[in-house]
Amino acid sequence: MDFEDTPEEAEFRAEVKAWLAEQAAEYDLSNHGELSVDQQLALGRAFQARKADRGYAKVTWPRELGGMGGTPMQAVIYDQEEEKYDFPTVFFGISVGMPIPVMRRFATEEQQQRYLVPALRGEEIWCQLFSEPAAGSDLGGIRLRALRDGDDWVLNGQKIWTSWAHISDYGVIITRTDPSVPKHRGMTYFFVDMKAPGVEVRPIQQAAGGGEFCEVFFTDVRVPDSARLGEINGGWQVAIATLMEERFAVTEASGGGASLEDTVRFLRREFDDGESGLDDPIVRDKIAQWYVAESGINNFHARQLTGLSQGQLPGPEAALSKLVIARKLQAQSAYIMDTCGPAGAIYPDHPISRASDYRMAWLEAAGYRIAGGTDEILRNTIAERVLGLPGDVRVDKNIPFEQLG
Amino acid sequence: MNFDFSEEQKALQSEVQRFLADRSDLSVARAVLDDASMSHAEAVWREMLELGWAGIAIPEQYGGVGLGYLELCVMAQELGRSLAPVPFSSTVYQFCEAVLRGGSEEQRGAVLAAVAAGETIGTLAFAEGVGFPAPGRIKLRCEQGRLHGEKWPVADAMIADAAVVLAINESNEPCLCLVDLAQDGVQRRALDSIDPTRNQGALVFEGAEAQLLGKAGDSAWAVFRAVLDAAAVLFAFEQVGGAEACLQSAIDFANERNAFGRPIASFQAIKHKLADVYVGNQLALSNAYYGAWALASGADELPLAAAVARVSATEAYENAAAENVQVHGGMGFTWEADCHLFLRRSRSLAVLIGDPGMWKKQITAEFERKVA
Ligand SMILES: Cc1cc2nc3c(=O)[nH]c(=O)nc-3n(C[C@H](O)[C@H](O)[C@H](O)COP(=O)(O)OP(=O)(O)OC[C@H]3O[C@@H](n4cnc5c(N)ncnc54)[C@H](O)[C@@H]3O)c2cc1C
Repeated sequence: MDFEDTPEEAEFRAEVKAWLAEQAAEYDLSNHGELSVDQQLALGRAFQARKADRGYAKVTWPRELGGMGGTPMQAVIYDQEEEKYDFPTVFFGISVGMPIPVMRRFATEEQQQRYLVPALRGEEIWCQLFSEPAAGSDLGGIRLRALRDGDDWVLNGQKIWTSWAHISDYGVIITRTDPSVPKHRGMTYFFVDMKAPGVEVRPIQQAAGGGEFCEVFFTDVRVPDSARLGEINGGWQVAIATLMEERFAVTEASGGGASLEDTVRFLRREFDDGESGLDDPIVRDKIAQWYVAESGINNFHARQLTGLSQGQLPGPEAALSKLVIARKLQAQSAYIMDTCGPAGAIYPDHPISRASDYRMAWLEAAGYRIAGGTDEILRNTIAERVLGLPGDVRVDKNIPFEQLG
Repeated sequence: MNFDFSEEQKALQSEVQRFLADRSDLSVARAVLDDASMSHAEAVWREMLELGWAGIAIPEQYGGVGLGYLELCVMAQELGRSLAPVPFSSTVYQFCEAVLRGGSEEQRGAVLAAVAAGETIGTLAFAEGVGFPAPGRIKLRCEQGRLHGEKWPVADAMIADAAVVLAINESNEPCLCLVDLAQDGVQRRALDSIDPTRNQGALVFEGAEAQLLGKAGDSAWAVFRAVLDAAAVLFAFEQVGGAEACLQSAIDFANERNAFGRPIASFQAIKHKLADVYVGNQLALSNAYYGAWALASGADELPLAAAVARVSATEAYENAAAENVQVHGGMGFTWEADCHLFLRRSRSLAVLIGDPGMWKKQITAEFERKVA
């Protein structure tokens, strides 16, 4: 039992490390002054192209598609190493993570030729148009209509919470095509051109202040039938395939907030009477508690990676990571504010990085507990898919969608 | 990455699990609970000795099987799951560890061989009533090779043949003493506890003969702490095994029990509760692996890893045991249902080698040292 890479893994890790170190000077955000979002995006696109040249944009994919024909374990190793830097990759996470793999699975050969490589190179960005005002956790409740018209479909309706829609070139979308059957059976999946006539994107300001998600309105948007992914009325299967894609995204146990090491350094600050913040037994108790949680997540990941390294894909138990991490991030960030007294709520007078500042992390954590499956939905997943407990009572089952209230 | 037990270790675990399911199901723990005259399940313990379990991790040169800590970890998980009422933990995780870490070559040879041969039940006697011992707070004295004072509670005190006893010497330095308990200067007094499936007692020493184990002073205290760290990892596996048994019991009951026209397992309050228990158990198991790795590899970070494993497992077990009672409703609060056996064990293990607060202090102290 050990945490060591196999010799092949170690060799790959060394390669990745060396390559990333070479890129840092040019692309790591911490080596730049304050950049506008547009500047960050431009820098990110350039970095993404370099990754694709090297085969790191999608490690497990074949070389001709911008990958390197690597193993899932190598993909994780790359991510682990990249995460140690602050490269502007945030714009491409969803794009390369979910819509693009789905395109590879369901689009025609020709479409793949056209779309995959530009997306991996960061030249084009894809978004995921799933949630609607009346359908989030209950994704089967989407209403956006697609009506057949000759070789085309005509889309009308609204999507919401679509991350990065405002900078996206394309999106994958689920639509309602047959309201006369129960909800999961009447949906069809397409990809759409976000610049097509009738698509209107309006950014929504988030509670934490940022504006990464949008509402997207579709008014008589024409989509050719050739842009359909999967069967007519078989969209639910494609949607599930999309959501399963990134079940094992490498997540830091810190949740992107301050590391526990930095937290200890911060709490260690001295007061005027020479006491350290770490002298407080309550502070010490909290640190122990967080350390246990963080170590639990890291060691859980190590167990999962062991499986991956031996060729087993992670199961639904992977859902527990975000459940633990997001709540811990919220609690830990709030507590650091507590220790600052009234000043805990005040921003410093120098610019702060959104990710690691505890005030920002505390705000962002609220969204982290919702995005990509709420805490409650994740508990349902664990209860039903891991522990085998019965599903929730579904009052809308077997009732035609159009008859639902 | 190879953060897992080997195929052989997993096979050993299955074998141990099968044996315990067959010979020490919960009716065995219950028999000890219900019969105050039973100190432990003697027949099961004898069989374990015949299978060589007591010496599984004792080096071959001392007559043991010569397997390692990782094998002990998987066994511990199964012992915890089955609640087997046997003196395994006091003999193996505490007594043998103390002799291995503190004893001279001669002492190891003599004592460990006797354990491996199934002739000795051992224990570690450190507590002196309420509180946890610290170097300046030990009263039991070792003077000219003789012990004076009292230790309580001591696990398996009523059945142990030998003990390693934490004492202070003539210069008030902490020391560890090896004592044969079958002598005139030793009195024993049985103690009632919240968990009668494990034996507890007081040991009263009135001039009992003892041998010093290693040197007195800081090094003796360091050995004692190291023994606790090792025991913490092994107990963590027992605790995780118990927590897993509680979760399974709650799932089984929830699937069978109906209320309001449906299985209670379909209520979200129950589903989410059990999902949370699962999460706690998985974190605890993962942290126990970390402890196992540190223990088996002799890593410097054992004090940190052991404390993390211990706190995580203690919290997971106590939560799982309490929620198992809750899911069972009124039935869960009966003597007849097995829920309280786990509830009792989870609490007795939580305090046995130091409460979670003490181990949390160790986590923060060790982590702080690591952070420059
Ligand atoms: C930062 C961020 C980025 C996002 N990006 C995208 C994106 O790119 N594309 C996209 O399509 N969507 C995106 N979303 C939307 C996200 O997937 C949904 O917000 C989420 O699935 C919850 O749906 P909802 O908002 O409709 O809330 P609801 O589903 O209405 O949930 C409201 C509350 O009810 C609870 N609840 C709902 N159902 C159940 C149930 N069965 N059992 C118990 N409790 C339940 C929820 O847990 C929650 O607490 C994003 C969200 C956020 C916050």
